[in-house]
Amino acid sequence: MTNTLHRYGKAESFFDDYIVFSLPAKSKAAGQTGDALAAQKRFMQLAAEYKPVSLGDALHGGSLRPTRSKSIFGHWGKRTRPNFKRVLDGMTKAGTMAAVFDNRANAEAFVKRLKDEDLGLSVNISSSIDNAKNACRAAGIPRHSIAYSLGFEHVGDNTPGKQAIMLSTMCGHGMLSINFAQKMMSFVKENRRTPEEAAQAMARFCSCGIFNTTRAKRILEEVRVGVK
Amino acid sequence: MKINPQKCVACGNCTYVCPMGAIYVDPMLKRATINRDECVECYSCYNGLSKEVLPPATVRFVRRTLANFRVRFEPEPDVCPTTAFEPDTLEWPRVVRRAFSDPRVPHESTGVSGRGTEEVKTNDVTGRVGIGEVGFTIELGRPGIGARFRDFQEMSRALAKAGVSFEKNNPITTLMTDVTTGDIRADILNEKVMSAIIEIKVPVERTEEIIRIIWDVEKRIPTQVVIGVGVRCDEEGEEKIVLPILEKLGYNPQRAKTNIGLGRKQIRDLTNAAPVAQPKELVNA
Repeated sequence: MTNTLHRYGKAESFFDDYIVFSLPAKSKAAGQTGDALAAQKRFMQLAAEYKPVSLGDALHGGSLRPTRSKSIFGHWGKRTRPNFKRVLDGMTKAGTMAAVFDNRANAEAFVKRLKDEDLGLSVNISSSIDNAKNACRAAGIPRHSIAYSLGFEHVGDNTPGKQAIMLSTMCGHGMLSINFAQKMMSFVKENRRTPEEAAQAMARFCSCGIFNTTRAKRILEEVRVGVK
Repeated sequence: MKINPQKCVACGNCTYVCPMGAIYVDPMLKRATINRDECVECYSCYNGLSKEVLPPATVRFVRRTLANFRVRFEPEPDVCPTTAFEPDTLEWPRVVRRAFSDPRVPHESTGVSGRGTEEVKTNDVTGRVGIGEVGFTIELGRPGIGARFRDFQEMSRALAKAGVSFEKNNPITTLMTDVTTGDIRADILNEKVMSAIIEIKVPVERTEEIIRIIWDVEKRIPTQVVIGVGVRCDEEGEEKIVLPILEKLGYNPQRAKTNIGLGRKQIRDLTNAAPVAQPKELVNA
């Protein structure tokens, strides 16, 4: 899957967006052995130390999930907040486990820690090319492979509503609708919701937990004041 | 997916959250309705919307009353206030829509998980893309447009004509009736999915040729194409071969997925590993 790769935006717009994820090689031909789930649990426990914006288990969801009210009074109840413990406790099968960071220092420190831990899992950084390169350099790791995103062929830098595309492509599986991102942009502009509330509403649709609420809040603040 | 008309109060929240824009409030029925031809069975409405259990009749009465005073009933925008969405039983060929659109569902149709494969994400273990090779991921349908299998066939036929071989574990490849021609099963050609990925691997010398083929096909299909180019770095961690080709073609890649090379054939045995100190703020972080 390429669910983290094709986020829309210029390299500068990813200064607060680092996704570090791990996965085992599934095919038998790869010949990888060992307890991948245990290693991935450790990966996520380690990530939690470095103050991520989100943790996500592609199978079970992220740290911010939709709610299921059983009482009619749920309509007036408080909304859920990010819950890392639920992600850590819910991991039952090895797969793609992701940690999202909103600053360079924490992301690079986590990558360095992963090198020291030597878990044996494949680890990828999805961000701007330079962000990943710098993180590898800081950790003293030569990059192994790169998957370049060539971007959306017909979406230019001056496309109207490009912020809606920036927001919606933060769920690479497309679970976050562009129309809903546009609606949240309008809500923020009209002061009907705060950027934080709007970002959290959008994050609940990303079933892998890789939506970056910090970047979303920043984009929504820019939308509020009309930054193009 | 279906919407229970007994429960729906036509609040309109779901019309925004559908990635395909396939949900609308029918003015005659006064209920949210799904355009089944456009729906890709991604379950974003069912899984993504929070669920509440307000009594539908009461909500409708309140809505009508408030509307008389030009006051709007406004639930939280990511909530279905009456839990009106209900999963439908999907049969072939419609089931392929969900397999390619709902990321949490393994491919019942193909036996392969996800819309593509691990590409170069596990290249440090699999060695799938070597020096001098390029792994292409050609994704159709994003962002928020969707694509039909006839669009994928247009692309796969053009690539097959150029003599490329398709990644055999890729879900699209498993739906081909002939990988030498790129033909896809005829009974699914009109099925629409959120997005899916065609994966191929070619020698680096063919990079430009392949991109030009993609450019040619994308002019003929009613969806968006997004290309990923996977390459192996040299021993210093540099990649100086494919990037110049991409730049020559007018690309200025901004983002990438970087495999940092920590994968091993043997995953570390953590039996005697020191425990990780748990931060206090795991809940409400």
